[in-house]
Amino acid sequence: MEYGLDLEYSFNEFLKGFGLSSEIAHIIWLPLPMLLVLVAAVVGVLVTVWLERKISAAAQQRIGPEYAGALGVLQPIADGLKLLVKEDIIPAKADGILFTAGPILVLVPVILSWLIVPFGQNLLISNVGIGIFLWIALSSIQPIGLLMSGYASNNKYSLLGGLRAAAQSISYEIPLALSVLAIVLMTNSLSTVDIVNQQSGAGILSWNIWRQPVGFIVFWICALAECERLPFDLPEAEEELVAGYQTEYAGMKFALFYLGSYINLILSALLVSILYLGGWGFPIPVELIAKFLNLPINAPFIQVFTASIGIVMTVLKAYLLVFIAILLRWTTPRVRIDQLLDLGWKFLLPISLANLLITAGLKLAFPQFFGG
Amino acid sequence: MSIAITTQLICFTVLSLVVIIGALGVVLLESIVYSAFLLGGVFMSVAGLYLLLNASFVAAAQVLVYVGAVNVLIIFAIMLVNKKEDLKPINDIKSRRVISTSICLTLLSLLIRVDLTNVWSLSSPQNSIGEESTIRIGEHLFSDYLLPFEVASVLLLMAMIGAIVLARRDVMSKDISTGLPVDQELIEKSSEPLLTNKN
Repeated sequence: MEYGLDLEYSFNEFLKGFGLSSEIAHIIWLPLPMLLVLVAAVVGVLVTVWLERKISAAAQQRIGPEYAGALGVLQPIADGLKLLVKEDIIPAKADGILFTAGPILVLVPVILSWLIVPFGQNLLISNVGIGIFLWIALSSIQPIGLLMSGYASNNKYSLLGGLRAAAQSISYEIPLALSVLAIVLMTNSLSTVDIVNQQSGAGILSWNIWRQPVGFIVFWICALAECERLPFDLPEAEEELVAGYQTEYAGMKFALFYLGSYINLILSALLVSILYLGGWGFPIPVELIAKFLNLPINAPFIQVFTASIGIVMTVLKAYLLVFIAILLRWTTPRVRIDQLLDLGWKFLLPISLANLLITAGLKLAFPQFFGG
Repeated sequence: MSIAITTQLICFTVLSLVVIIGALGVVLLESIVYSAFLLGGVFMSVAGLYLLLNASFVAAAQVLVYVGAVNVLIIFAIMLVNKKEDLKPINDIKSRRVISTSICLTLLSLLIRVDLTNVWSLSSPQNSIGEESTIRIGEHLFSDYLLPFEVASVLLLMAMIGAIVLARRDVMSKDISTGLPVDQELIEKSSEPLLTNKN
């Protein structure tokens, strides 16, 4: 079912109209979606920071930011500007090279993972065949950056924070990958576009959340743990470790950690909505509505309309999950490190393994419902 | 020369340089922490080389297994035991270095000979399967390579049990047949201590 806008094709045709060769047109096209997604990610972070401030204020019966713009919407921009103009400090006894490389290694894999996030049939940077596996592989690089900055800070709290971050990340990656594997088993493909298309049959009824309820919960818990959000923010537990691996960081290097953690949160929310909540799909299939209103599905006007609905739905679902994550952060206490590792290894891992086994069995028994 | 080929050439040059210089750094640097991080860089560049060969699944698996698991564990272990102590000077360090260098050079010349004598060009370049490779790897793992695959898993299980036995001495404190307490010392040959005494 190849439908939807193909912006790349139209853009290339447009440039060829000016007498450019197709290779030059391709090179001019290449950075555009990347820039667009980067801007989208940063704007998403600003929105999330504002939401975090406002929702935490509401949870604690405060007002929250109010003076910077209407309802304080400019507060995150003020935060960002403040971090930009702050002095860049490297502690005297720290290891300069590793200290600088650490935050970069944390941020780059997270941004690279946006490569596979689809906002519509053709609205993603690259529909690579290994799709969701690329995200799992990239997110496994992050602990190296955390260990690096923890070590380079030459501070025992930083080192402990870095070690905790690595231990947490390694333990929760396995149940995360196993619950993704159950989805892949049902889809017969690793590509995120195929995963969404497989859920698009009957609108809200065919979303994976009904077929993979256990996988959904396991994935969400693990995604929160990978983002180091409370209740799992042990690497930066302020009562025990000052600020974990970020203790010695200031200015833009701290901002990179900050940006990385929020981009990671939005990315996780987007991936949950893609894997379990039907991605860009509307709760009622758009094709059905178009048929009901007697509109041709391939008309340009309808195409633009469905594409916009797709983007709105993806972002809406993601922000619903971000809202839940923020509520969780401001209403739950932190787990202890032994409870965290117990939960990961002794509870989530067996449950996700059983989930994978049951999914495989159900796929053999009911191939029409669980992917043939 | 088309743009695609130029890009490929630049990528290949950069990646190979990073692999070679990084690997030399892993071996030659004094600081073990730098060596461990450089090893991660080398693994990443090898994954990049796989990507250039259109083997995206192998590249992602390389990143996941070698960088995400092996290298993180190496760094983790180094940082857990990272005491700032000086290593004891070895008396015959020069002759040892000469011997190890000559062995390494011999191995290198062997590899170069293999490189020069082997016929690398494939019979038909149209055979490249690209994105299909994930499916092909799965098919092979569950058909003709099933036995090696399962044997590898048994090997990993044995390594895991061995690690648990070594780490948890209290579990097996008695000999099974005689009931006598077992010697809890590590089974290794007596050797000189590697570290200088602190005082």
